[in-house]
Amino acid sequence: MLTISSTPIQPDVLRRRLFDPAAGGFCAFEGWVRNENEGHTVLRLEYEAYEPLAVSEADKIFAEAMDRFPYLQALCVHRIGLLEIGDCAVWVGVSSPHRDAAFRACRYIIDEVKVRLPIWKKEHYVDGNSGWVNCERCARAS
Amino acid sequence: MKTITVRYFAMFREHAGLSTETLSLAAETAADVFAATRERHGSTEPRGHCKVAINDVMVSWDSKVEDGDTVLLFPPVAGG
Repeated sequence: MLTISSTPIQPDVLRRRLFDPAAGGFCAFEGWVRNENEGHTVLRLEYEAYEPLAVSEADKIFAEAMDRFPYLQALCVHRIGLLEIGDCAVWVGVSSPHRDAAFRACRYIIDEVKVRLPIWKKEHYVDGNSGWVNCERCARAS
Repeated sequence: MKTITVRYFAMFREHAGLSTETLSLAAETAADVFAATRERHGSTEPRGHCKVAINDVMVSWDSKVEDGDTVLLFPPVAGG
């Protein structure tokens, strides 16, 4: 399940929601706001999402991950709004009976979330300019 | 002519200066709608980077548009 959030992500709260008596492993990924992109010094980021389609597309991604790497529980939270350096922009967590499915499903979900969900990122630079970030894989495919 | 409501997101919204507008277009496909709005607002973004939805369903660019449809134009995504 994907949640779009305009408030800070709380990993400890999310982690507890993935507890399952049958789980022997848990894997999480956190995407953080960093201070540089392609040579530009970044001050902060601004995320925008189209929530109805982000949620429905994420449902497909979770189902695909379940088919490939059967897991027990999975969650993803993506921030929107203005984020500062070091803020958590996206969190993915997966619990599964054994570690392999947790690692692989977590990796699959974050990789697909980045290229498929209608979410956009605007970088605000130290020089006062700003720019929308294009998806790397989409740009390479063109 | 068809009455099509177009919704713009992120970079497209900034280019267009608005988030939604209703247009009368001789469009057959989602690609035709994209081309018409591109011309209307002077966007230079290649279509290959972008995605489109009709009435909240992700579709391909050759999908047909009908009178009264809402077409959502998504510039290149960048989650995470």
